[in-house]
Amino acid sequence: MAVLNYVRQWRSLAKEALDRTAIVAKFLCFLHVTNTYLCSSTLVYGPSMLPTLNITGDVVLAEHVSHRFGKVGPGDLVLVRSPDDPRKTVTKRIVGVEGDKVTFLVPMSTHQYRTAVVPKGHVWIQGDNTYVSNDSRNFGPVPYGLIQGKVFFRVWPPDSIGFLGQ
Amino acid sequence: MASGNILWKYTKKLFTLGLVGLTVSDSFASVSPVRGASMSPTFNPSISSLMGLTTDDYVLVEKTCLMKYKFSHGDVVVFSSPSNHKEKHIKRVIALPGDWIGIRHTSDVLRIPDGHCWVEGDNPSSSMDSNSFGPIPLGLVKGRVTHIVWPPQRIGAVEKRIPTDRISSI
Repeated sequence: MAVLNYVRQWRSLAKEALDRTAIVAKFLCFLHVTNTYLCSSTLVYGPSMLPTLNITGDVVLAEHVSHRFGKVGPGDLVLVRSPDDPRKTVTKRIVGVEGDKVTFLVPMSTHQYRTAVVPKGHVWIQGDNTYVSNDSRNFGPVPYGLIQGKVFFRVWPPDSIGFLGQ
Repeated sequence: MASGNILWKYTKKLFTLGLVGLTVSDSFASVSPVRGASMSPTFNPSISSLMGLTTDDYVLVEKTCLMKYKFSHGDVVVFSSPSNHKEKHIKRVIALPGDWIGIRHTSDVLRIPDGHCWVEGDNPSSSMDSNSFGPIPLGLVKGRVTHIVWPPQRIGAVEKRIPTDRISSI
């Protein structure tokens, strides 16, 4: 009888542990789905997007809906997987989409301009700070498939909270 | 009232199932069909035609490699096309960053830039690959093909094949 009791107790304990794990797993799944398909927060830092974003680090919200439907266009701030290192994500502004002619300042120069045509399925991205930015002027147009999301709202620092427009 | 309750319960179940399924297919593994003959004979060899009907191969795509973006020569990968982000292609990784590759049909030799890879189909006669659009960023890679899961007579692992004559890593 004692053994039976013991087994029953153990079983209820295991069931409860399993239930708890399931809840945690479901929560993690929910988090993953909202993060990849709806909206996520990212810490952005570095000088390349001055003066739109600060050098010290801003927390921004990015939505992951519009780029799936091809609804991002020139002027939008986007998160792009860096073509140089796939583990990094960079924040830049889209300057031109496929078929556009882009005239840009050649990096490391002051008054030398060049024009390029963005090929099919690519976008031209640039940082707002023309002088300190590693962007399409260095590595050329990037495939649209590298776009991860569109930045639309700044949550930190608190004094500049609000929507990030065009 | 009771039917509403049951409906609610099933909706909740379905929703949870969807969440879990999406997470698993995003971060662990998923199954996808292979269309076209660009990877023949590895996928979709014409001998699998049954009474004139060719059946598509279904392959297992594992996603855990996306945590580190570490690939090796000869891996078969799924990536979204650089010219159209809605299309997915399956090709074999021939060269990785730092390698020198000889472009097919020309005598040009190209160094693969950082964060890029060179992909080619196994069927050189009908394949839209890096020979036409150049090296692709590794960020476009969406997964690695490890097994064929359908049709049943072709179930098995996908082997690595490395053409050694065309690349050199100096």
